[in-house]
Amino acid sequence: MSTTDMSRAGPSQAANAPSGGSNPHAVGERGGLSLKDWPLWEVFVRSKQGLEHKHCGSLHASDAQHALQMARDVYTRRQEGVSIWVVPSKSITASAPEDKDALFEPAADKIYRHPTFYDIPEEVGHM
Amino acid sequence: MASYQDYLLHLADNALILGQRNAEWCGHGPILEEDLALANNSLDLIGQARLLYQHVAAVRRDGKSSEDLLAYFRDVPDFKNYTLLELPHGTALLPTSRGDRDYAVTIARNFLYSALMVQVWAALAASTDAQLAAIASKSLKEVQYHLRHAHDWVLRLGDGTDASHARMQAAFDYLMPFTQEFWTESAMETAAVKTGAGVDATAFKTEWEAMVSDTLQAATLKVPASRGFVTTGKHGVHSEHLGFVLAEMQSLARAHPEAVW
Repeated sequence: MSTTDMSRAGPSQAANAPSGGSNPHAVGERGGLSLKDWPLWEVFVRSKQGLEHKHCGSLHASDAQHALQMARDVYTRRQEGVSIWVVPSKSITASAPEDKDALFEPAADKIYRHPTFYDIPEEVGHM
Repeated sequence: MASYQDYLLHLADNALILGQRNAEWCGHGPILEEDLALANNSLDLIGQARLLYQHVAAVRRDGKSSEDLLAYFRDVPDFKNYTLLELPHGTALLPTSRGDRDYAVTIARNFLYSALMVQVWAALAASTDAQLAAIASKSLKEVQYHLRHAHDWVLRLGDGTDASHARMQAAFDYLMPFTQEFWTESAMETAAVKTGAGVDATAFKTEWEAMVSDTLQAATLKVPASRGFVTTGKHGVHSEHLGFVLAEMQSLARAHPEAVW
């Protein structure tokens, strides 16, 4: 590994970026993040066979490079992946569990939305 | 008489002893992710040691050597690892003091050793010993990651808080004198270089020093002087710590010889 590679992987600039934590980082004048301030990251791994990245878990890390490195150690130790994405959890907007009925219930009795009422011509083959 | 086999044992013992030391963090890591990272690191190193011991056993062709015999039934003077790698994870100088494990020492040691081994394995990938060349190619990828992991933590901790900076500096101050052993001559290395199968570690000194100095500067740390007593672990003359490492590592195999899972 060349020195250039390592400095690219280096975290020194990114480590100074603001974190997801709202607490002031009262940890000395160097201003590092204390452990409890590490933001949460969602980890997506693309497997050898898979085309798309799949969500496989989350972890706390001080910045994106750090999260990537930890994801490698935690989620790809059994050769699960060929590519990793990490995304700050706070960037994900999720639907609220209490909206479940309003969002998803109306679809339950609309069976005609499933394309199961059509006969597929034999020439089409497997769809 | 020192031989090429001793050189292979030197490489194997380095990997095994550091692997055993790093495994002491298993279940005690500062955070779960680091616990796993160090366990992964240990498994890589123990894997390298296994391949090298198997290779020695195959070369000996005496019908009784095996990886287990070499790992579990040799004693302190038979081990040829650098003294650096057998030290506990702390900066206490007294052998009787059993302080807490210090992650800064673990990281500093992994960095200093990996910075050497990325060069050693890269060169050994062109060894005239085809088996060693294959082991080196595999080990190179592993140690490149070990170096990146340790390097990143040196930056984070060195350029982190006041407390992490002080501990990272203390770790390097403590460990740096032990790296002098990398550059000392030994009959086994001379023998290995002569056959064309081994490499002379002193050839990597300049690049190693540049890598260490660049990283420590980027981490706002001072590069400590490498001076004072020069350790002799690779000659089989070890610190008082190796006996304790071997006692823990070998006791099960010696209590139940040839036991299998």
